[in-house]
Amino acid sequence: MITVQACLDGILLGVLFALIAYGMALQWGVMNIINIAQGDLVILGGYIAYFMYLYGIHPAWGVIVAPVIMYFVGVGLYKLVINKVVDRDLFISILATFGISILFMQLMNFAFGADVVLANSGYGTTFLFDNNVVLPNSKIFSAVVSIFFAICLVIYMKKSKLGRAIRATAQNARAAKILGVDTEKVYAATFGINAALCGVAGALISITFTIHPYMGLPYTIRSFMIVIVAGLGNLPGVALSGMGLGVFEEFADYILGTEFRIGAVFLLLVLILVYRRFKLSRKREYLK
Amino acid sequence: MNKNLILYAAILIFGITAPFIFPAFKVQLSILCVLIVLALTWNIQGGEMGYNTFGNILFYGLGMYLCASVQVGMFFPLAEWTESGGEKTFVHTPAQFFQGMAVGLVVAAIIPTIVAGLIGYAILGLRGHYFAICTLGLGVAAGEISGGIEIIGAGQGFTTPPFPNVGGLEARGEFFYLLSFGALVLTFIAVRAIYSTRFKLILNAIRDNEDKAEAMGIQTMKYKIIGWMISAFFCGLAGGIMGGLVGYIDSTDVAFDGREMGVFMVLMAILGGKGTLWGPIIGATVFHIFKEGFWTFFLGWQYVALGVLIVVIVIYFPEGIMGWLREKYPERFGEVIDEADRKAQVELK
Amino acid sequence: MKINKIILSFISAVAILLSTSVVSFAKVVGDKIVLGAAISLTGKYSSNGVHTQNGYNMAVDRINSMGGVKVGGKTYKFEIIYYDDESNPKRAAQLAERLISQDKVEFMLGPYSSGLTKAIAPVTEKYGVPMVEANGASRSLFTKGYKYLFAVLAPANLYLDVAIRTAVELNGGKGVRIAQAFEQDAFSQDVRLGILDAAKETGSEIIIDDKLPKELNDMAATLVKVKQMKPDVLVVSGHTKGALTAIRQIAEMKVDVPMLAMTHCDAAKLSKQHGKNSQYALCASQWHKTLTYKDNFFKDGMTYAADFQKEFGYDPPYQSAESSAALLVFKDAFERANSFDQKKVRDALAATNMQTFYGNIKFAPGGQNVDKPMVLFQVMCDGAGKCENKVVAPLKWASAKLIHPIPKWSDR
Repeated sequence: MITVQACLDGILLGVLFALIAYGMALQWGVMNIINIAQGDLVILGGYIAYFMYLYGIHPAWGVIVAPVIMYFVGVGLYKLVINKVVDRDLFISILATFGISILFMQLMNFAFGADVVLANSGYGTTFLFDNNVVLPNSKIFSAVVSIFFAICLVIYMKKSKLGRAIRATAQNARAAKILGVDTEKVYAATFGINAALCGVAGALISITFTIHPYMGLPYTIRSFMIVIVAGLGNLPGVALSGMGLGVFEEFADYILGTEFRIGAVFLLLVLILVYRRFKLSRKREYLK
Repeated sequence: MNKNLILYAAILIFGITAPFIFPAFKVQLSILCVLIVLALTWNIQGGEMGYNTFGNILFYGLGMYLCASVQVGMFFPLAEWTESGGEKTFVHTPAQFFQGMAVGLVVAAIIPTIVAGLIGYAILGLRGHYFAICTLGLGVAAGEISGGIEIIGAGQGFTTPPFPNVGGLEARGEFFYLLSFGALVLTFIAVRAIYSTRFKLILNAIRDNEDKAEAMGIQTMKYKIIGWMISAFFCGLAGGIMGGLVGYIDSTDVAFDGREMGVFMVLMAILGGKGTLWGPIIGATVFHIFKEGFWTFFLGWQYVALGVLIVVIVIYFPEGIMGWLREKYPERFGEVIDEADRKAQVELK
Repeated sequence: MKINKIILSFISAVAILLSTSVVSFAKVVGDKIVLGAAISLTGKYSSNGVHTQNGYNMAVDRINSMGGVKVGGKTYKFEIIYYDDESNPKRAAQLAERLISQDKVEFMLGPYSSGLTKAIAPVTEKYGVPMVEANGASRSLFTKGYKYLFAVLAPANLYLDVAIRTAVELNGGKGVRIAQAFEQDAFSQDVRLGILDAAKETGSEIIIDDKLPKELNDMAATLVKVKQMKPDVLVVSGHTKGALTAIRQIAEMKVDVPMLAMTHCDAAKLSKQHGKNSQYALCASQWHKTLTYKDNFFKDGMTYAADFQKEFGYDPPYQSAESSAALLVFKDAFERANSFDQKKVRDALAATNMQTFYGNIKFAPGGQNVDKPMVLFQVMCDGAGKCENKVVAPLKWASAKLIHPIPKWSDR
């Protein structure tokens, strides 16, 4: 039964990770930027939902409000900093967003305090298999909302004008520019959409887990890992590898002990990269 | 050559006398030395080789734990030392302390070097940002995992042996300062020696175009690994010294401190100008002064200031102080600019 | 080689900067006694760091306004130099060094958390600077033979000792089955050692022994095990994060345990953040406002709580109370030593035997306070969902009877 429990927990958690990772893949693919502050945007989204909860609004509404606010935060961030690193070396973007991440952590600490907080949704619990498997409804809710947003985004990217412009820019920014796409606008929108996705995920995290100003980095790393495994622009892959990561984490919890959970995640990242390197280098030898 | 000698003599004299002239700043100066060592070694990868690593912190933390473990383990059972509930207290005699420290530092330098050699083949095959993120993961994983190992204190932390009661109040600070300054001199000599050989040119070739370098018949992997091992050696040494200086090792906050030290070494090298000999040194010094200043004058806001500083450095000064100077006063760096050639290049662009 | 000039001028600039920035504070400037403290204003301990700072400030204001410290016939006022240690032991050790060697502070107050105190203690010890600390409870602090370290609080291994003993007592003296989960930090691991000792003495059995990561936000794995093994007592300790996460997931997963014992409930504002879900949780605390200790400055716990509420706008957690007590101890020691000599003050501190609103204070040779038992309170809610912490042990101060076992979720 523990296996079933771990798998279900992992999948529900993984869907949430996948949502964050999708934002990561989007900006990486379109703007060639690795955003270390991704996790901090998530936490900021969480605080929005938390504040709604404080003022007596059900935190589930945060799922709607947080992305709207976060979209503007994202666009603002783009106008201030990100537009200066878009065309530069990827490493520059890593460092610059690292600076933003430090800044955000500290500002959130000042604004909201360093207390660990959470928003109570008041959702009940679902029992399966004679009470042997327990699923908090908040987790199910968060998974459903994540999937809903992901689907909406896919449709939007396919159908809307902006979505098409974003995809065109991702394929070839120069060509898109020549064909009259305002890439600057596209970049801003992309970063905004990414921030909005983070906002949704953050609101869900504050409902299911806890939030704290200094908790961002693990989310960044997880989303990075998911993107690497899945590849850019591969949404089903992102979803699958997100769930895989969630399940892996839950099993690491049971087998290695909770203290090694994050260590295991990071070690897995290293192993995946190294595996990838050997696979690629074998391919290279074929060409010879 | 003569002028160079004067310069080095001046620095050496300043370095050795500094703790006696400014006794209140001994600890800050020792930390500065460690920071410079880290920036110099990072520059071997990030600056000369073009491999932006966040993973040198791995060797630093490893050195820290190894030095302390050896220093304790040579004379007392390590497990009982780190076990918090233990009612026994162990005290190092001065001879034991210094012997332990000496052996500990040797181990702290050598084991990370070996580790770098072992993982080098797998890790250094990665390119660009994959390498950066992989090493970032390596550092964090090491911190989290060492935080779960009982024998080195796990979450309890590891209190390093206290400095024995010899030589008065100031002895501890002076000892650690001279130790870290010694490490700095050693690192500088080694790095300078390397930079005047063909080895550096090979590293530069790897940075500029690895595939071409390979096509020229250079075994790039071999040189990359050797470069990493050199960094690991000095990072381990610096870690060992820092462990003794801080006196308390915590897995994620002191040893594998990727969020601070790991990123600081990158920033310092970039701030000073990567790919230069003096850049990391100047960068580390300026950075340290800035940081100490923020700390005193912006109580609680220092991280905000630091975050802004990082963004500004990275966006506006990616070439660093040395790069900026070089652009402004190229003739001072012994560069001759052929005006006609430059014009031709501008026209080409 | 013009570049040499640049470097040389750079070095001389650094030298000039160093020599001009030597600021010197004397320990006693005019009528001020300057104390140094590194406090976590940022980083993971910053909420507790602020509680500590508020506690210090509250006591400084109170003592200064009530006549200050009388030494050698003259009255002095307290002043504290704060630095931000960023919840980082490395930084804390550097700051201690800096307070002592640059700011010339001769007396120190402790930081928040055991880990940071562990990092500072070797420094203060080396320089012979007396430090009264209020927030480092790890037992290992008191077994290292430190002579200048004094803690006004009971060591960490006693935190939940009472809970286990109570559980055994209610079980008819037979051993109980314990499940425990502790964060990987100095304090929580010490609480764990205390439980291990208590378990050994009472013949109890530990069936689950998990460690939680520092970036904890999901402990479902432990709770699933708890559900399967059905222990008699579940012990969780992991600063505020641990307490909040545990309560949330226990409620969500409907985990039934007869007794749930934790630390840091009041700092986490459990009853406020979780309301009824936190009901019946047992919490270890150094202090509670209903205790009946008294002193001249804050009168008693209730008055302290009311004054603190007026000043800072929230109910004082025990971290603030113990921090305030640290200053009372310092004042008392200065007056008894009647001198600012560090050795004499140290001896006076060692001989402390006093009562404060926070509890009796008397130091053992190791530096820990031996005269103050831990209290255990239980979160209790009325029908309207308003929750309060009520002391249930030791019996002397109990304002309510322990509810045991905790009713099952299905009956609530």
